[in-house]
Amino acid sequence: MISRRSLLGLALVAPLGRSSGALEAFADTIVPGATRAGAMTVLRLPSLGLALLLPGMAALLDTRAVLSAGRPLAALNPAERAALVDELLRSGGLDREVYVLLALLCASAFDCAAHLNTAQAARSGHPGLRHLRFPMPDADGLWRFPEYSYGRRLAPSHPQTTAAGSPP
Amino acid sequence: MTFEKADVVVVGSGFGGAVPAYYCAASGAKVVVLERGPRLTRFPHSLRLGEFTRAVDLVVGDGVAAVTGNCVGGSSVVYFGASLRAPSFVFERRCGTGRRVWPRAISRASLDPWYARVEQALPVEVPQWSQIAYSGGVFAAACSRAGRTCNPVPLAVDLKRCVNCNWMLAGCDFDAKRSMLLNYLPAAEAAGAEIRPLHEVQTLTRGDRYVVSYTVIDPDDYRKVVGIGAIEAKTVVLAAGAVATPPILQRSALDVPGAVGKYFSGNGDRVSIAVVDDKKLGMPYEGFAVGRPINTMSFDRLDPVQPEYERFSLQQIYFPAITNVLADTGFGDSARDARAKWASWLSVLAMTEDDNEGVFGPPAPSGSGLRLALSVVRSSLRYRPSSRTLRGWALADDEAKAILERGGLSTVKPWRDFAGSVTAHPLASCRIGDDPRTSALDDRHEVRGHPGLFVTDGSAVPTSLCVNPSLTIAALAERASRIIVESTGRPARDVPLPGKG
Repeated sequence: MISRRSLLGLALVAPLGRSSGALEAFADTIVPGATRAGAMTVLRLPSLGLALLLPGMAALLDTRAVLSAGRPLAALNPAERAALVDELLRSGGLDREVYVLLALLCASAFDCAAHLNTAQAARSGHPGLRHLRFPMPDADGLWRFPEYSYGRRLAPSHPQTTAAGSPP
Repeated sequence: MTFEKADVVVVGSGFGGAVPAYYCAASGAKVVVLERGPRLTRFPHSLRLGEFTRAVDLVVGDGVAAVTGNCVGGSSVVYFGASLRAPSFVFERRCGTGRRVWPRAISRASLDPWYARVEQALPVEVPQWSQIAYSGGVFAAACSRAGRTCNPVPLAVDLKRCVNCNWMLAGCDFDAKRSMLLNYLPAAEAAGAEIRPLHEVQTLTRGDRYVVSYTVIDPDDYRKVVGIGAIEAKTVVLAAGAVATPPILQRSALDVPGAVGKYFSGNGDRVSIAVVDDKKLGMPYEGFAVGRPINTMSFDRLDPVQPEYERFSLQQIYFPAITNVLADTGFGDSARDARAKWASWLSVLAMTEDDNEGVFGPPAPSGSGLRLALSVVRSSLRYRPSSRTLRGWALADDEAKAILERGGLSTVKPWRDFAGSVTAHPLASCRIGDDPRTSALDDRHEVRGHPGLFVTDGSAVPTSLCVNPSLTIAALAERASRIIVESTGRPARDVPLPGKG
């Protein structure tokens, strides 16, 4: 059995530059459509400083997929991928932080177009924002909601509420 | 060697720093405020990494992650404005020690006048029901159906100015949020205080006076240092925040109390996501993204007669879509399907009584930890919830289900814990108290054994509060400011509230 530490080492010396599709498969398992929404662009943002580590991360994902299911991540069916991603994010290993970071960043591409100005992304039909039915901004790129309230009391207040609106 | 001199150096410009900076300056002291983050004047509505992240840090420990402000004004710039007094029972907590953990000198009654001052200074207002956003209305309606009460949450927001954009995490581009940028900080500057952004304090040393050493940070890459310096002062107020103050003290050549960096609390924060069925609700919703993030909350379980660790509040809250990954949606198609109903999501924050389980390990060489990228910092903080904390969270989960799942209205699930617990309310890592073994500060907020060195941020708050902490941090800072000013030999009593002189 290969230890997690040596797995991490193996992945970090993996050849650079060749994509197995593991990162894309991972992103599209976190949320289907994340790759199309820009997940790889987010992962490669210069300000994150992750670009050089990505081939190693991809190799790490494939190594775990091969150990777990006998094939690289991209070759697994959706159910197998989902089960593996769930396992990786729950694992207690040193490499878990890598998967958590990848999950957060891939999801951020889909859920909020983290590589784009949100107003521009919303207007240009970014697939993640469109899927969420994210509201459209005003012409100046700011959001305002003139209609926002039911306009009526919907519950009794706690009887001991103080004049400042706090609990006693 | 000679250093620049000031009467008072304040480290940090959030609630804990802005308040004493104002009072010290207004009493005539030469005050320099050193703030790690930038000074921002515009607050774009954008979740692009590199935009909102200029003002917000995610400090990742082992088992807990804390969201904090990182700009002039600190967390007051990025917070959601909820301004509540902590319930009376909080001040009586024993935390398994058999005696009160808060100092004898402080109770809800003794803090009430200070709370009132902050409420007037910010100021705070209680929204009318006509000013409650849809999400707050849905939570209130669900509470009512389940036989509970539900209150509008007092807010440090100018409700006439507020456009209900729901971008409070990014700051406020409309000057509606009453952050420190609109009250204590401008008053401090008008009284002569100097605020220096992008100055990150690293160490304190002590001779006749304290020497505060700092690095100057590149505004475009917070990992780069572009300068160094030091200031000498007789009085130093540490208010760098509960995840940043302990590493500064640990790193300093001072014999600091053993309680520094222990007893960290995440305020018992626990977030759950409900997906609301409009048909069962009986009124239209689909308003998750609309309005202010915090509107209503239930005080029902803040019952003082219940046992400790079983009391909590439940608050309706909105977190921006960057946190969607924390919703327990499953992976693959189920994650996509859940997002198709995003407009019908409703999130609730339980604030419970935790057990102060957090402990900081040895400090990183600089800052509050190792800055990995943009606004992500790796901290030495370790947090493992105790069985009592876990029980409190389980009770809060049960109550959220009892309210929101009644009649099939929704399904509720807590956030995934793959990043540990997440808190927006880090507290108690350098706390006030009467027992030197468990409190680094005395009841005057002075670091034990170090006259003239005070801590006034969230780290000074001894326990979780069962409500959002900002008003309590500010009220404690108001109280401590009088002590700090008097310790500099100046009269404190005549200083008016900011903007009221």
